Order: sequence, then C-alpha cells, then structure tokens
Amino acid sequence: MSLKRKILELQKKREKVLQGGGEKAIEKQVAMGKMTARERIITLLDENSFHEYDLFVEHEARDFDMDKKILHGDGVIIGTGTIYGAPICIYAQDFTVAGGSLGLMHARKITKIMDHAMKMRVPIIGINDSGGARIQEGVNSLAGYGEIFYRNTTASGVIPQISVILGPCAGGAVYSPALTDFVFVVDKISKMFITGPEVIKTVLGEEISMEDLGGARVHSEITGNAHFYSESEIECFDQIKKLITFIPWNNKQKARSFDVKEPLVDKYKIDDIVPGNPKEPYDVRDVIRGITDGSDFFEIQEMWARNIVIGFGRVHGDTIGFVCNQPLVLAGVLDVDSSDKAARFIRYCDAFQIPIVTLVDLPGYLPGVDQEHAGVIRHGAKILYAYSEATVPKITVILRKAYGGGYIAMNSRHLNADFVFAWPGAEIAVMGPEGAANIIFRKEIMGAKDPDKMRKQKVKEYKEKFANPYVAAAKGYVDSVIEPEETRKLLLHAIEVSKNKVDRKPIKKHGIPPF
Amino acid sequence: MARKESKKARKASATKEESPQRFNTLVVNGDKYRTLYTEKFKNRKKWVKPDQRKIYSDIPGTVLKLFVKEGQKVKEGDVMMILETMKMKNKIIFPIDGTVKKIYVSEEERIPKGHLMIELK
Repeated sequence: MSLKRKILELQKKREKVLQGGGEKAIEKQVAMGKMTARERIITLLDENSFHEYDLFVEHEARDFDMDKKILHGDGVIIGTGTIYGAPICIYAQDFTVAGGSLGLMHARKITKIMDHAMKMRVPIIGINDSGGARIQEGVNSLAGYGEIFYRNTTASGVIPQISVILGPCAGGAVYSPALTDFVFVVDKISKMFITGPEVIKTVLGEEISMEDLGGARVHSEITGNAHFYSESEIECFDQIKKLITFIPWNNKQKARSFDVKEPLVDKYKIDDIVPGNPKEPYDVRDVIRGITDGSDFFEIQEMWARNIVIGFGRVHGDTIGFVCNQPLVLAGVLDVDSSDKAARFIRYCDAFQIPIVTLVDLPGYLPGVDQEHAGVIRHGAKILYAYSEATVPKITVILRKAYGGGYIAMNSRHLNADFVFAWPGAEIAVMGPEGAANIIFRKEIMGAKDPDKMRKQKVKEYKEKFANPYVAAAKGYVDSVIEPEETRKLLLHAIEVSKNKVDRKPIKKHGIPPF
Repeated sequence: MARKESKKARKASATKEESPQRFNTLVVNGDKYRTLYTEKFKNRKKWVKPDQRKIYSDIPGTVLKLFVKEGQKVKEGDVMMILETMKMKNKIIFPIDGTVKKIYVSEEERIPKGHLMIELK
C-alpha cells in the first residue's frame, strides 16, 4: 500500500470516529437543546486551536455482549488548545456515545489529559455530560472515577481546574466538579445530584423533577455548588473565556496584565454610593466598580449567599480578588454560607498569587438558633483561617461599620493584613451604638426618670466617642483614614509596594482548617 | 416563588431600582438595619423545644409493622415499629417510658423525615 492510500485510510477512519454516536444520537442531543461534545470544544477554544488525542481508543469490556459494541472514542474527547492564546487541556464527555457513560478507557483518557495538564502546568477544563458509570464495566468504572478524583485533589492549587456541567452529572460523577475550582452550569441543561428523582421516589416516596432537585438554578442559588450560571451554552463559554483572562496558567505564574483603564467615575461616584447612616443599604458592587479598571467586575456565585460579594476585577491592569460585605442583603452579615463562600475564594486567590482586597461594612455575624445549630462557629472560623493563612498581599478598606467578630474576621490588622484603610465614616467597635449603650449604661438607663430619653442620650454619647475610625487608628489597627476618592490610588500603591512580599509561615505538612 | 423569577428580574431586584417597601428589617445586637432578605433566611425554621413524648422519624421510609396500640403502656427500649429505608429494616424503639396517646402512622405508609409518628402520654 502506498503512503497515499494509507493517508486515505487514516482519513476514512477518522471520519467514522468523528461521527461519535451517529446521526440519530446526534439528533437526540440537538433535540435536548444541547451542542455535541466536539462542537462545544470548538466553540469554546480559539479557532483552529484544538488538537484531539486518543481518537482511536477502544474499550475492553467483554461482559454483557459489550465485546460486540463499538463505542467511538469510548464516549469522551480529549485534547489541547488555546483560549485567547492561553494553553488549555480539555476533555468533553460525548453523550451521543453510550450516553457518555464512564468506563475504564473513558476514564483513562480523562486521567491522561489531566496528567498532561499537570505536567505542562496549564489549566484543565472538563465538560461533563454523562449518564454516569457504565454499569456493564462494573468496578472498573468505579475505579475510573476514583482515579479522576485523586488527580483533581493533587492538581488542586497547582493548575486551575474548571468544570462545565452540560448535561446530567449524577452519582459519584458529581464529586469531580465538586473538587475543582469553578463549576459552570446552564439553565435547563445542567443536572447534578447524588441520588436521582427515581431512586428518591421509590425509596422515599418523594416526587421531584430533575430540575427542582439539581438543576442549574438550584446549584446557583441554594446549594452553592455552582459558581457561574448562564442561560445558554454560548453564554457559558463566554463566561469561561472571561474567567481565563483573570487567572494565571498555574500557581507559579501571575495572571496576565491588561492595559490600564480608568473606572467610569461618572457612573460610579464613589463619594455618593455609601449612605452616611450605617443602617441604610447600598450595593457594594457599585463601590467595587468605582475602583476597578473600566468598572469591570466579574462576580462569582452571584446568586448564592448574596450577603457577601466575591469576584475578580483589575486595578491598573492586574487581577485582584475582591471579598466584600453586601449591606444590600441581610445587612452584609457573615453567616454559615457567606463564610464558606468567602473562605474558599480567599484560598483560591492565595493559591494562585492573586492579591485580595477586602471591603468591609458589616454588623457582625447573623444571630439565630438556625445559624448556631448549623455550625456557624466552625463555618465562621473558615474565613478567619483563610485570611490568616493567606500570604498574598492582603488589603482591607473599611467603608463603614465593622463591628465585633465581623470586624476581626474581615481581614483585620490582627489577622495580619498588610494594609488597613478606613473611610472617614467608618465605625470600628465591639457592636452597634444602640446595643453597646444598652449594655454599658444599663444601670443609668434603668434608673433614669425617662429611660428612653436617657437611652437616646447615651447612644449619642457612644456614637460620638466610639463610632469612628480614629479610636482604631490611634492604636495603629487602621493604617490610614482616607477619602473615598483616594481608594483606587491607594490600592494601586499598596499592590505596587507588596509585589515582593515575603510572609513565611512555619513549615508544616498542612494545616487543619475547619472544613 | 421568587426562585422562578427570570434572572433579569432577579438582577433588577438586587439594584437600586428596588422599591423601598421591599426592604426588610434585620436586627443585629440591638441595631436595626434596612436590608433585603434571602429566600433561605425567609424560609428558616423557628426553633421549638423538643418534646420527648412526641416521636418523629429520624429517617424517611415505609412503616412495615407497628407493634403498639393506642393506650398501651410502653417502656424505654421497647420496639415501636419496623421502618424500612434504603432496603434496610430498622427497628424503631421508644426513647422513654409512657403510654401511647396517639399513633399518627399506619402500616404500609411511606413517611418523610421529621414526620410525627407517635405521641406518648
């Protein structure tokens, strides 16, 4: 056979395998409103940048007549490519091939590309669309999952790991996304759960749809399992591309720098956003946008635990991680969910050399039996742990109130913040004036002829004496009381002078965070 | 349900366009704050002191067999019923001595977690 004929043969072989599960299965996929696995990769990556490997991999299952079945690519596509020029390793499960079910060789392909990503120190993106374990392959399929989880854990904090849920992702399969850094979901397409509606119905008699049990909205609003929500696959891919611009390729590199853009100061007048009365709400994202380049803020987990806001923005072209109390929702209190949300993000930023800016305005931790019984002590401790442990530049700006344990938790000087700035309206105190006056002047208030009048007077006294940034500034807990307009300039300065920060912690295998 | 609102509507509800009357009051340490509630906060369960005489299911399942009748005297440790969950037959025992006041479940009934099963006198 001449080489030409051999080339022809290769082309034919390729063509056949590239059909995946065949026309009918593809039609079904399209009818479900989904793109095919290969379309997804091609749409997500830079044009013509994708190169596929292991196209000709075949499964080895022999039981249950599996030896008679041909599964093209064994239901998963792996390869490398680029996003805005950044190298990426990627895999996408192909639902058209045996429902994207995971067998031994399918898993081997995934672990191979994961190993490759680790060696090359580039991000790994996994597109999940699978009916679950390939039952016919028995324990081999379980082994496959386990080998993926092990690699997810090893790679954690070394290379960025992104999971995209574009179909069902059920049972053990959900634990790979859960171990990765960012999970993307799409309305009506993504479904994640440990136990499906059918099992729940037969065993427990509870009837629930897949969407209500583990749809995109559920994981974006209720569970916090998902980080990014979108209404179409295209929107989802745009979000992934945007995320890639904010994060580095690995933990030894810095995120890419972009051209400096000034914030839209006419739209986000930083002097006017925060009301003087600490009991009045405002949207802290307006303050962030008043600081960041081009007023661009890329929010993470925007629908879950909305009392804290996390996400990326740039200051002078460089990526910054923002962690901010949100007075608009639940007065910006810390609670079980918001502590969890912030702590994980702080650890992400710390692992990938992204400086953290913390904007503080909170009345403390959320009171309530439900919170106490849900373990607000150990969950709340996560945020203390994460800030204390982080060695990236840590800059705090106290916008308004910072009371009690909340003040300490939000990257205070005492947790080794590098810079603590406070706006002139900041109130740094053990608690709000009313609560404090009621305790400190209890006897005076109770003994007065007109207790209400006395209470008002004492609250006023307390406000004048303690509800300001100067008591903390007098002790050096606040480095500088600044005008809101100076915030961006000072953040930039703080980041500039922190570039060579060295903060060596004692050598240890690892700490024991309050997981 | 607010959960079913479109994403855009939800986004709008989190901005300044919000009408002031939608704001709620949250009290933290004696100070009252004007703010929005989350769904989770709105749906939080009020705590009630547990009453040992009211016996709730710890797990969901199917009541296979009941061993007691109303008015019957029981001792701590007596078997109350067999509750089948995830193909396991669980013996449910009385946590305290008492007399069965009322039985709220019947055999073959499927019950959720936290369901009131039996009340003692």
